[in-house]
Amino acid sequence: MSYTRPTFRHPEAHKNQLGYTRTAYEGSISTLCAGCGHDSIVNSIITAFFEMSIEPHRIVKLSGIGCSSKTPAYFLNRSHGFNSVHGRMPSVATGANMANRELIYLGVSGDGDTASIGMGQFTHVVRRNLDMVYIVMNNGCYGLTKGQDSATADKGSKSRKGAPVALESIDLCELALGLGAGFVARGFSGDKKQLVPMLKAAIAHKGLAFVDVVSPCVTFNNAPTSTKSYSWVREHMEITNTFDFIPLRQEITTDYPHGSSIPVTLHDGSMISLYKREDKEIITNRQEAINALEQARSASQVLTGILFLNPDSSDFHDINNTITTPLNRLGEKELCPGNDILQAFNDSLR
Amino acid sequence: MQKAHDRDDTVFEPTGRRPRPIIATNREQLTVKPTNIKNPEYFHKVIDCQFACPAHTAVPEYIRLILHEQYTDAYLLNWHSNVFPGILGRVCDRPCEPACRRGRVEEDPVAICRLKRVAADHRDDVLPLLPPVPRGKNGKRVALVGAGPASLTVARDLALLGYELDLYDDQSKAGGFIRSQIPSFRLPEEVIDTEMGYILDRGGITTRFNTYVADLQDLIEQGYDAIFVGTGAPRGRDLPDLPGRSEADKFVHIGIDWLAGVVFRHVESISRRVLVLGGGNTAMDCCRTARRLGGEDVTVVVRSPQSEMKASEWEIEDAMAEDIPIIDNHVPLEFVVDDGILVGMRFDRVEPQYDKNGRRRLVSTGEEPVFLPCDEVLLAIGQQNAFPFIAPDSAIEFNDKGLPVLDPNTLQSSVPSVFFGGDAAFGPGNIIIAVEHGHQAAISIDLFCRGEDLHRRPAPAVSLADQKLGFHDWIYDSQVIEDGRQVVPTVDKAKSLHDRLIEVELGFPSTVGKTEAKRCLNCDVQTVFDYSLCIECDACVDICPTTCINFTDNGEEDELRERLLVPARNKTQDLYVSETLPTGRVMVKDEDVCLHCGMCAERCPTAAWTMVKFVYQSALAGDS
Repeated sequence: MSYTRPTFRHPEAHKNQLGYTRTAYEGSISTLCAGCGHDSIVNSIITAFFEMSIEPHRIVKLSGIGCSSKTPAYFLNRSHGFNSVHGRMPSVATGANMANRELIYLGVSGDGDTASIGMGQFTHVVRRNLDMVYIVMNNGCYGLTKGQDSATADKGSKSRKGAPVALESIDLCELALGLGAGFVARGFSGDKKQLVPMLKAAIAHKGLAFVDVVSPCVTFNNAPTSTKSYSWVREHMEITNTFDFIPLRQEITTDYPHGSSIPVTLHDGSMISLYKREDKEIITNRQEAINALEQARSASQVLTGILFLNPDSSDFHDINNTITTPLNRLGEKELCPGNDILQAFNDSLR
Repeated sequence: MQKAHDRDDTVFEPTGRRPRPIIATNREQLTVKPTNIKNPEYFHKVIDCQFACPAHTAVPEYIRLILHEQYTDAYLLNWHSNVFPGILGRVCDRPCEPACRRGRVEEDPVAICRLKRVAADHRDDVLPLLPPVPRGKNGKRVALVGAGPASLTVARDLALLGYELDLYDDQSKAGGFIRSQIPSFRLPEEVIDTEMGYILDRGGITTRFNTYVADLQDLIEQGYDAIFVGTGAPRGRDLPDLPGRSEADKFVHIGIDWLAGVVFRHVESISRRVLVLGGGNTAMDCCRTARRLGGEDVTVVVRSPQSEMKASEWEIEDAMAEDIPIIDNHVPLEFVVDDGILVGMRFDRVEPQYDKNGRRRLVSTGEEPVFLPCDEVLLAIGQQNAFPFIAPDSAIEFNDKGLPVLDPNTLQSSVPSVFFGGDAAFGPGNIIIAVEHGHQAAISIDLFCRGEDLHRRPAPAVSLADQKLGFHDWIYDSQVIEDGRQVVPTVDKAKSLHDRLIEVELGFPSTVGKTEAKRCLNCDVQTVFDYSLCIECDACVDICPTTCINFTDNGEEDELRERLLVPARNKTQDLYVSETLPTGRVMVKDEDVCLHCGMCAERCPTAAWTMVKFVYQSALAGDS
């Protein structure tokens, strides 16, 4: 067993605008099962941050418990990190974000960590619209405890043991839409071509960006009868739209044949260029997004792509009208402005 | 070992020849065809060092044996293919090292040549382990002219098959230029004697030393079944037309003759100030030998820029380390003789100019000629072939360069029973090329004596061995260490300059040798991909440290190379392309900087990737 990955890299490896190669964004060697979808998501995260030329020290990675939540050890070794209690990642992320709004927050969770033990935390962090990327590595089972069905396992789906799932499943994207999330997307670990730009858009989005990534568990939930297996997802994947992520200040060079691209500008000036198919819904319409998800579900399809986007969403700091300076940089004088100000404030409440 | 005979649709060509490109582009669909890994030359080419070696020694295999302290086995593996491991471990031209993949991944290649010496230095007595020379003879007699590496290789290969061999040489001992031109401080005589002994002292070969073959026709008329000519390129170039040459004759020596004089003790000393003309390895041997025979102020003067000198980089370094300056871009104008005594030489300063074909011209700078004082001059400006023992009316044809007309694959001359090899065949080369010529000539002579078609060459022996040991364990040492190239210890300079018989390099101690051996990337442990097992999970792409593996749409090769995660711009390295996968994509692996670390196979959930050791052994005479 190799406990380390050789340190040699391709001598002609690309460098990003900061002059870094991907190495600056890598982590330790994965200890997940060989072929785990999570490893591909890890790689997509590395690629997204590398290509966006974001300094690793500006990123905070947070997670709970589970196979998914182990993964922050495998990427961004030079970033900040917090591995929290099971299902409690959103609370820690909220605290951290309140203390320093200038960092980029990346929450990594799984279907157990989010849809079961952390369901309360998840729903409220979406309601708060905390400025973060919330990734769920969704394999429909509890891989770390030998593959029991999770709350996102589709009704009727059969895992390795062959028993069909008896309970209704939770569609986290639909839930996030219902809770008012400003960015909802679904990807597949086996499709990096879609996943990488999706993650970039999520990183650029202001407010909570929810990304549900179907990620097959090769050990316990990759039977062809499972709706979270490589083969089933490949056969039933329906792509709602293709898109490019265009960072700020980059010339738009991508050329699509039918001129059907719809540009959506994000708060930082970067852009998502959507290539909509005639029969597909407009992604800025929440109602249509919910309809599309429901239709796909009844047609046994896995709808992927950016499902809904509200480019003008207000995040938790906007809603609370907080100070623009990060709290951790405020001095004693600003934090304790004195008795006079306290009195005036109290008077205002009377 | 399995014979690679089953090769109906493959493009295999005889040992020693480059294979045709293995990836053929299907022009109609403009896509690359799946790689045919059943062609033994595909994986052979991946083993850069072995592929670059004229004799195709199984380098990674013997390096692993050194790592496991099986020095005798490592020696025998070498002996099988390159015949002179102790000699070549010191003085080989090392075509393997510039080819070594490690040199593309980090700064320096593996010290392959010096590891060969480790095997030789630490071996046990191999004499009882060598394959026996049969007592019963096959009744065929072969004459070998010249006792250099090419002839000795023919002798070894054929003696093992029961041939009776007569070895002719005008010197008193075997070795040819190995003995006469390479100074003892680089290659001690006892090393030569031992390895010559492994060939000559075990029967089957009658040596006729101190015998100059004045006319090849005499040998032909003696009724030999075949004759091999391995007489080298024995004539050193002179500057006969340079002004002052004849007046200075007493003080001017032809480098290779002078070196031979030193070895056979006809030359014991040299004057204080010496100029060595020439930029090849002979020039380096001349100047370093001169330093040991009393030359205190020895200078090498070369016509070309130093960067274009023919000498191996390491030999130039060794010379400079012995306080020998190299003056480049100086073309000799005249020998300056005063009162019958050489006082120096005049040179024209030049600079190189290149035409659009990259051809170099040395153009005078127009400055005043440079005068360099000296007492003696050694000319090491090249060697020429000479065949004074072949009469002009002989049936052996020669081309306009004065070289014999040969079939390049069989080395057969226009007289069917006469074969050439080594420097005598195609002009000056090196020892390892001569060895390979010897193998090919032995194969040809054996086929010729048996009345078979010389172009039906025996196939290489290949074997494949899965390296999986356990869940995530490998039989081979898959870890890639980061250590840089180890430095060979040397004798103190003052001591070695005092005595030309003291070998400068001491060889790696076994611990250092093992560290160096660990630097080998095991390029013979091949990554083998079975597309029918792949579920396209990308695990191999994600783990590969050097971004070799891609899953992408097929396309025309040049375009495909540009489209990979890191563009594959080293076109000397092949792409390994799979059959089309269920998503319509193909797996494309750029072989260029693969570390053979096995991570792809370790992270593959379906064993679509496996690590398989591929051993390739070139055929020798008598193989089928």
